[in-house]
Amino acid sequence: MGHNTENLSIFRGLIKFKSNVQKIWGVLIWLSIVTTIEVALGIIKPEFLKTTFLRMKILNWIFLILTLVKAYYIAWDFMHIRDERDSLKGSIVLPLIFLIPYLAFILLLEADYIYDVMSAGFVSWNF
Amino acid sequence: METTITNQTDNSEIWGGGNEPFSASYGKLMMWFFIISDALTFSGFLVSYGFSRFKFIDSWPIADEVFTHFPFLHGVEAPMYYVAFMTFILIVSSVTMVLAVDAGHHMKKNKVILYMFLTIIFGATFVGSQAWEWKTFIKGDYGALETKGGQILQFVNSNNGKRVSIKDFSIRSNSNRITHNKNRGVWYNSESELPTYNVIEVKDGFKLNQNLLIRIQKLDSKGNKIILSRDESLDKIQDAITVVEGANLIHNEYGHRLFADFFFFITGFHGFHVFSGVLINIIIFFNVILGTYEKRGHYEMVEKVGLYWHFVDLVWVFVFTFFYLV
Repeated sequence: MGHNTENLSIFRGLIKFKSNVQKIWGVLIWLSIVTTIEVALGIIKPEFLKTTFLRMKILNWIFLILTLVKAYYIAWDFMHIRDERDSLKGSIVLPLIFLIPYLAFILLLEADYIYDVMSAGFVSWNF
Repeated sequence: METTITNQTDNSEIWGGGNEPFSASYGKLMMWFFIISDALTFSGFLVSYGFSRFKFIDSWPIADEVFTHFPFLHGVEAPMYYVAFMTFILIVSSVTMVLAVDAGHHMKKNKVILYMFLTIIFGATFVGSQAWEWKTFIKGDYGALETKGGQILQFVNSNNGKRVSIKDFSIRSNSNRITHNKNRGVWYNSESELPTYNVIEVKDGFKLNQNLLIRIQKLDSKGNKIILSRDESLDKIQDAITVVEGANLIHNEYGHRLFADFFFFITGFHGFHVFSGVLINIIIFFNVILGTYEKRGHYEMVEKVGLYWHFVDLVWVFVFTFFYLV
């Protein structure tokens, strides 16, 4: 309750809203646009986006980035992290930003190794 | 440790947030603690899904082919539309929740009631939609054969490359085999429901239909499932030992069985979160109606349950990406 100083701008101040309610609807429109782009790309799956970049399809990179964009706006505007103190912001976001990619990195790397063993080794699993 | 004793009157010794270091109340901080640990739990699940997927990267089911149904549109291929609709429902419920929180800040009781009510309705709609999605997934589409090694063999028409249901070509034989229930034989033995056709019936039908081909789980370099030639198909079908219709925790007609396991586990765990979120929302809703928070002087409880509700939405954004898009 303590904070009456709500930050009413998104996109680094590019769009400023007059009231909190207006900002909420603005964020809804933005999230809907992002979701629509994701679904459209998921249905069409354009050929030129299927080339790989850093061992992953460009299309999948786009999905991942758009997901993080959505997550940012849900956390910052719906969960009001934007209005919290920097110390609270950091203690919520930093552990997750560090731990989750770390976990993903070690497990996916290991899985890729197992895939190599199974496809190049002497294990037959296709029978 | 005399140095740590602070003088109550000396404000310079207190943190910037006063007695609340983060300028957030105890309850809100505890909700954040819970959310962080739950976020790590969900990322553990999603990462283990990624692990299995990377392990079987060249034979993972294609989500577009799995989720193609939309209610009341029978036989229409509608990949993704239904789940996009579900995502939208959940985002809208998040908006009504944050509007309720905002109305609470301004002590507008009736608006809080209205927005909480809408949030509950949208949340329940989402859980219902998920139940429908599960039902279609469990029921299955075309049916398939499974080999001894657990590989799924699906059937396509060589003329147009479209999937063919096993019901369309299998030849009904005069098998009088019935489901083995506990009351029909040895009391400690029973089996799940028999498939519509047995393996021999499917194999016989396949041999008679010259234009049928087998599609295996393996993907080619373009990400499409490999279709065998007629000769290879006739050879491959000898390996089949069971008929699979739909998906459960052991068999999955859409492809790799781990896909079904993770689908049930992760969307189920998320659906359980939504379900408990709806229950908590209902409790808070009645508290608002009874005027509990009006008497208390603030609607912070709505804010706390709102945090949880948005978190559930946040998790769905990731589940949506990793199960349906990527």
